[in-house]
Amino acid sequence: MDDYSDHPVRPYVITSGRAHPSRNTIRPETLLVVDPTVPYPITAGRQQRALLDMCRGVLSLAEAAAHLRLPVSLVVVIASDLVDSGHLSIRSAPRHSLPSAELLEKVLDGLRRL
Amino acid sequence: MVSADSDFPARYVVPTVAQSVKILVVGAFGVGKTTLIGSVSEIAPLRTEETMTSASVGVDSLAGLDGKSTTTVAMDFGRITVTPDVVLYLFGTPGQRRFWDLWEGLADGAVGALVIVDTRRLEDSFEVFDQLETRTGMPFAVAVNEFPDAPRYDADQLRTALDLLPDTPIVLCDARHKESSAGALITLVEHALHHPASQKAPA
Repeated sequence: MDDYSDHPVRPYVITSGRAHPSRNTIRPETLLVVDPTVPYPITAGRQQRALLDMCRGVLSLAEAAAHLRLPVSLVVVIASDLVDSGHLSIRSAPRHSLPSAELLEKVLDGLRRL
Repeated sequence: MVSADSDFPARYVVPTVAQSVKILVVGAFGVGKTTLIGSVSEIAPLRTEETMTSASVGVDSLAGLDGKSTTTVAMDFGRITVTPDVVLYLFGTPGQRRFWDLWEGLADGAVGALVIVDTRRLEDSFEVFDQLETRTGMPFAVAVNEFPDAPRYDADQLRTALDLLPDTPIVLCDARHKESSAGALITLVEHALHHPASQKAPA
């Protein structure tokens, strides 16, 4: 994408030097949504606020990252912290095994309606 | 940042959705991954980028002492709300598994992979099949994107040329067309439904 440009702040600065999230349950397709009743953390930086703003509605982590033009690997770390502090909720549970037959049937139904 | 108010709520997933699933759309550069995703996605395909150092790209440079050479790897993706409570993501990923690892958890829990193939350069996909069969155990189907000037083969010829297992589905498709792309995805999901691992998965 031509209009993509590197952020002037290196990712490990934004994440306080961490390359890995505090938890390992957030995947690119994990659905996130902000809890509107919880005020933003007083220590929130620009990227944290941008992510919270972005998640006013339900959005996957990958979508939030793409709209913010930040790498998924960075947004995972930020999102994990905000989930830990109760500012961001995970809507969808992560799946480690294959989706159930029931879920696959729903996907089939939707694709057949396209 | 520009106010996102004009985008609300169009960019968001409908609030009734409680679950997300994903399919990987896999293939070499220029094979039609983003075209296929764009033909069925309810949102314009989005792009995310990760950087990797030359060392992990596999470039073995004796002069590379600065260690700063990086490559950008892009992933385009789309979204389909399949039922009021389930949303499906289509992640278009490069063929090589080492690129998938740039996005942590990308392959975990996927319905399966739709491998897009261009008959003009079948050899580009050998490594992809090798890895899908030996490393991931993920169900996959093959979609042959029929470019207008590409040679035509039937499924049996392609199965032999690609050395695929007898039960791996092969479909011919035109990634530009919604019905055709949807058909290829349906073939994959039906295959995944009969995959042994999906029977054992908890509800």
